[in-house]
Amino acid sequence: MSGGVDSSVAAALLAEQGHDVIGLSMQLYPQNGNHFGSCCTLDDLHDARRVATALGFPHYILNLEERFNDTVISNFVHEYASGRTPLPCAHCNSDLKFSTLLERARGFGSDSVATGHYARIDRSPDGRWLLKRSVDRDKDQSYFLFSLTQDQLAGALFPVGSLSKPAVRTEARRLGLTVADKADSQEICFVPDGDYATFVASRRVDSHGGAILDEHGRTLATHGGVHRFTIGQRKGLGIATGMPLYVVKIDAESGDVTVGPRSSLERASLTASSVNWVSADAPAEWLRVSAQIRHRHRAAPGRVRALDDRRAEFEFDDPQAAITPGQAVVFYDEDLVVGGGWIE
Amino acid sequence: MRIYLDHNATTPPSDAVISRLASTLREEFGNPSSVHHFGQRAKAVIDEARSAVAALIAADPGDVVFTGGGTEGDNLAIRGAAEALEPGGRKHLIASAIEHEAVLNTLKALARRGWKTTLLPVDESGIVSADTLRSAMTDDTALVSIMHANNEIGTVQPIAQLAAIARERRALFHTDAVQSAGKIPIDVKALGVDLLSISAHKFYGPKGVGALWIRRGVRLQPPLTGGKQERSRRAGTENVAGIAGMGVAAREAIAKMDGEAARLSALRDRLEDGVLRAVTGTALNGTRSPRVPNTTNISFDRTEAESLLIALDLEGIAVSTGSACSSGTLEPSHVLKAMGFPPHRTQNSLRFSLGVANTETDIDRVIAVLPGIVEKLRSLTRTPVRA
Repeated sequence: MSGGVDSSVAAALLAEQGHDVIGLSMQLYPQNGNHFGSCCTLDDLHDARRVATALGFPHYILNLEERFNDTVISNFVHEYASGRTPLPCAHCNSDLKFSTLLERARGFGSDSVATGHYARIDRSPDGRWLLKRSVDRDKDQSYFLFSLTQDQLAGALFPVGSLSKPAVRTEARRLGLTVADKADSQEICFVPDGDYATFVASRRVDSHGGAILDEHGRTLATHGGVHRFTIGQRKGLGIATGMPLYVVKIDAESGDVTVGPRSSLERASLTASSVNWVSADAPAEWLRVSAQIRHRHRAAPGRVRALDDRRAEFEFDDPQAAITPGQAVVFYDEDLVVGGGWIE
Repeated sequence: MRIYLDHNATTPPSDAVISRLASTLREEFGNPSSVHHFGQRAKAVIDEARSAVAALIAADPGDVVFTGGGTEGDNLAIRGAAEALEPGGRKHLIASAIEHEAVLNTLKALARRGWKTTLLPVDESGIVSADTLRSAMTDDTALVSIMHANNEIGTVQPIAQLAAIARERRALFHTDAVQSAGKIPIDVKALGVDLLSISAHKFYGPKGVGALWIRRGVRLQPPLTGGKQERSRRAGTENVAGIAGMGVAAREAIAKMDGEAARLSALRDRLEDGVLRAVTGTALNGTRSPRVPNTTNISFDRTEAESLLIALDLEGIAVSTGSACSSGTLEPSHVLKAMGFPPHRTQNSLRFSLGVANTETDIDRVIAVLPGIVEKLRSLTRTPVRA
C-alpha cells in the first residue's frame, strides 16, 4: 500500500470481498535526513494507514531500504553509468515486491500479495499462469511485470487490473476512501525531480566523460559522463546545428556518444537477455508477436525466437526508432504477455 | 484474547485512574492559578497529587515539578541546567550511549550550539562502569545524565555510585527514571542525584503528564517561557486531570510494588527461560540482574525482528523491538549497538515487557506459538537476512 488510490482500492476491494487482508507499506529510503523520494513519504504512509483503519484491517510498514538500495537503486545507477537506460519499476516488481515482500507476506500466513498494478492475471486450461494487459490500455503496467515467474504470478493479485482508472476513482469514492482524488505518481519514485544525471552523479559512480561525435566520427563537443545520455535524446546535447540531432549510440567504454539524424535511430531488429517466457515455453521457431520497447510505445508487429542462454531475437516488420539498451522488450499476443527480456 | 507484552511502551490506565481523570475534568475544572473557589479546588487536586508522586520517589513534595511527560522532563533537566550553568563557563555534558532519544537528541541539539558532549560506552551487560564515567569527567563538565533503568533491556545502572562521581567534580547529575518509576523502589536521596524525571503513563497513569524532581537549591533556566506555574519552572496552565491521574497511579504503584515485582519477575523469568529453551538460535540481551522485574530482550538468529513482530501481532501478541520511529518502522537498536552486538543481534531482537494483566496462561501461549512462527519465517527467507 503506497498510500495512492490504486493500491488503496485494491486492498479495499479484497477486504470488501471478505478476504483476510493485511496492509503492508514498504519504506524504501530514509524518512529523515537525506530524504529523496516522492512515493511512500510519511504523508503517503499516513494515507495508507488511514485506509487500513477505515476498512478495519491491520497495517504495517516494512523497512526494505537496504534491499531496495542493493537491488533497484544500485542497478539504476550501474545501468546509467554503463550507457544504458534502466527501468527500475520492473526491477522493483521482480526483485522486491514479488520476492522479498511476497516472502514476508507468506511468513505472515498470506496466500498472495495484492498490489494496485494495472494488469490482469489469468490461468490457462493447462494450469499455466498468464499475464495480460489491463482493461485500461492507457494505464496498463504489464510492461513492468513481464519478468514475474510462474511462482511469482501464482502469489500475485491485481484487483484493479480489470478496472479503468476512472472506475478505480469511482470505487474509491464509493468506499469513502480519503485518497480518491489523490494525484497519480508518474516519475521514478526515488528521483522525484526527474534529474537522473544528478542522482547518478550523487552516488559517486565512475561514468566516463568523453566526446560527442557525428556519424562520421568527427568530434562536435565534449561531455561530462555517459550517464547523462539516453538513446533518442535530443535535448541537452549542447550542440547547435542546422538540423535536429539525436543520440544514436553510447559507448560506455570509450565515453563516446554518437549523434545523428532521426533516420539513424531506426533499427529493424533487437536482441534481449534474461528473457522470461510467460504464456508459453521458449519458442525455438519464429513466432508472430508484437513487441513493446518502452512504457509509452505502441507494440509493433514482428517475429521472435528464443536463442541460447535465455536470450531472444526479435525482427520488426517496420523499423522502430530508439531501441534503447537497458529498457525492456515485452512480447504480446493481443493482450497476452508472451514473454519479455532486457534489450541488449 | 490479545496478549499485551509492551508495557515499557505504555501501560493501560487503571480503573481508578480513569475515574479520577473523568471526575477531575467534571468537577475540578478550575484554573489552579485562579484566586476563587474553583481555582482553589483545582490547586488542591494538584497538591494532593504532588504528595503522592513525591512519595513514589521518597522526595519532598515541594521539589516535584509536573511536566508534560518524560521527554519534557528530560529537556527541562538538561537544557534548563545547561543554560543555567553556561555563564559559569562549564560547557561539557556527559550521557550514556544507551539513553532514550529524549536525552540523546537533547545533547545533540546542545552540541550544535557549541556544547561538548561525551557518550559513555556500556559493557556487554549494558552497564555503565564507574571508571568509564570517572575518566570522562572534566572540570568543564556541567551535567551527567544516565538513565536509571533502560527501556529496551531493563538493566538498572549503579546510579548512586555514578552520581557520587559527578558530585565529587561538582557537576549536576540527572537520571531518566521513566522506566524504573513504579517498577522498583526509588529514593532520590539514596540515589544522590540532582534531577530525576518520570512519566505517568509508564505506571498505569495517563499520557502527557510526568514529573521532574529537582534537588532543593539546583537552579534551572527553563526552556519553556510563560507564566509562573510550578514555581516558575514549568510555564503553562497545569494539566489538572492528568496530574490527578498521575497521583492516583503513584499511590497504586506504591501499594502494589512489592507484590507486582515478585509476580512479574517470576512471569518474566518463565517467559525468558521458556523462549530461550523452545526456540533455537536465541540469546538474551543484557544482564539478568540488576534489571527491572518486567523486561526481557531476546535476539532471534536469522529472523528479521520486523517480521517476527508483525507475525506475533497477527497472532494477537503485542511486543516491540525497542524504540519505534515516528513512521512506525523499525531501526536497529542503538542500545544493543552500544553494547557491542553485531547487526544480526541489533536488528533481530524483541523486547517483551510485562505488566498488570499478564498471567501464566499468557506466557505459556507465547512460548507455545513462538517456535512455529520463527521456524516459518526462517524457512521462507530466501533473500538474506540483513547482516
